[in-house]
Amino acid sequence: MTAGLFNMTIARITARALFGRRRFLLLLPLPALLVGLAVLADSLGARPADWVDPVIVGLGLGVVLPVVALVVGTGVLGSEMDDGTLAHILAKPLPRREIIFSKLVVAVLVTAVTVGVPLYAVGVLAGSSRLGVGLVVGATLGSVAYSALFVALSLLTRRPVLLGLIYVLVWEGLLTNLLTSTRVLSIQQYVLAVADRVAKSDLLTGNVSLAVSLAMAFIFAAGATLLAIDRLRSFSVVGETS
Amino acid sequence: MSAISATAVQQQGVSLQGVSKWYGNVVAVNDITMSLGPGVTGLLGPNGAGKTTVLHMMAGFLAPSRGEVLVGGAPAWRNPSVYSGLGLVSEREAVHGFLTGWEFVLASAKLHRLADPAAAARRAIDLVEMAEAQHRRLDTYSKGMRQRIRVATALVHYPSVLLLDEPFNGMDPRQRMHMMDLLHEMGAQGRTVLFSSHILEEVEQVSGTVQVIVAGRLAASGDYRTIRRLMTHRPHVFTIRSSDDRGLAVALMRESSVAGVELDATGGLTVRAGDYGTFTRALPKVALSERIRVQRLLPTDESLESVFSYLVGAS
Repeated sequence: MTAGLFNMTIARITARALFGRRRFLLLLPLPALLVGLAVLADSLGARPADWVDPVIVGLGLGVVLPVVALVVGTGVLGSEMDDGTLAHILAKPLPRREIIFSKLVVAVLVTAVTVGVPLYAVGVLAGSSRLGVGLVVGATLGSVAYSALFVALSLLTRRPVLLGLIYVLVWEGLLTNLLTSTRVLSIQQYVLAVADRVAKSDLLTGNVSLAVSLAMAFIFAAGATLLAIDRLRSFSVVGETS
Repeated sequence: MSAISATAVQQQGVSLQGVSKWYGNVVAVNDITMSLGPGVTGLLGPNGAGKTTVLHMMAGFLAPSRGEVLVGGAPAWRNPSVYSGLGLVSEREAVHGFLTGWEFVLASAKLHRLADPAAAARRAIDLVEMAEAQHRRLDTYSKGMRQRIRVATALVHYPSVLLLDEPFNGMDPRQRMHMMDLLHEMGAQGRTVLFSSHILEEVEQVSGTVQVIVAGRLAASGDYRTIRRLMTHRPHVFTIRSSDDRGLAVALMRESSVAGVELDATGGLTVRAGDYGTFTRALPKVALSERIRVQRLLPTDESLESVFSYLVGAS
């Protein structure tokens, strides 16, 4: 089969479906809150060193990025599985990797833009455009790893949003703060390490080395993608009565 | 992944070898062996008999628990290359509502990597007579229109095997007629067309060959007329209430279409008739000449399930 990896037709339909859903509007308040809090802190005269950690790291990288990635990542494939429209795409002689890859590209782009733009803005506000760029690079890496993970989750379980939230809030949010050894298994930490390295700012402090972060992010992304491709090959139509 | 050519699909059609499908303890399809060649075949059976499960296995959307499902000689499961020679119209009518009919069919043509997707899409849309509404969004379509545009997407690559699950549902008589013509035409071109239905008359009008599925098993298979004969010649049972049950019973016994009469303890008659039409025509005449008033006439076993289970016993 001479197919490539990326299929424009699938990507276009996926993007239109994503933007056409009301669920997508859920994504807008979070980035707005991020920017709003940063502007508020700044206008009240707080020093960046005091608000960067709770606002940018805690809210931006810790909540906004993974939650946006979760909504988008479970939406690109999961919603088509739920309403049955996926069958139209599956009944085509396309290698399954092409379907997964095309949807993944859409998820990564949408997430990176939705989160990257506000992160850049608050980065500039807090310090420099260098900090902004660092946050964008980190968020892009995070978009890849999170999207792959959440697309795979939507094929592995019937409750991808719930499980994704548990991963984000309980594993990354709670456990990695209590047990520092689990940090090496947290996408959030890879994002922070990369953003820190690019931004070269005292305002960010990575906890995991850059090499480990890049390697682990790659393993997360590649592993989840391969898993998703394999699950899609064995995709069964369910819920029929006759 | 084995690549298969469209001609291979055409020659070998679809074949099921000892196919079963179960979900936990529930057996949905039980040891079915059949092979489908060129022409139109009806997959007939009551609701819940396993027709959709069989179609989904043929379409590679379900793995058989046991046995082998081959399309064009290649397994359908985990083998997307079968779709270059296979089209499926599922019963579930979900479509991307934001697309227009034209965009929907064109996207299918592109996903099939056809040489000239626009021309193929135009041809498929003309075939189902949807040219007029093709630039409207799918979510504005009626059920019948949506059905036809889905058929267009399934036909856009001119598959050698076309599977349709209850294709006549939600269609008005004119659309139904048109769809039947279309299936006939596809069959006459040497394509393997299989459509499921729980309505006998639909199958009668479209296909010569029938596969009857009852409770997950293949109950009958073969020429439609043979099966139809089995169905019409089965005894029909009626219950009758009249002003003179005993008198009516005597008169009815003289009718050749009546095989037996029984007087019910609670009043009324139970009549077994060999042929539905002859008996129902004869009854009013008998009643009139005997001056007996028929107060109620009820066919007792006209449910499809009873027709089908009769077939299971007869085959």
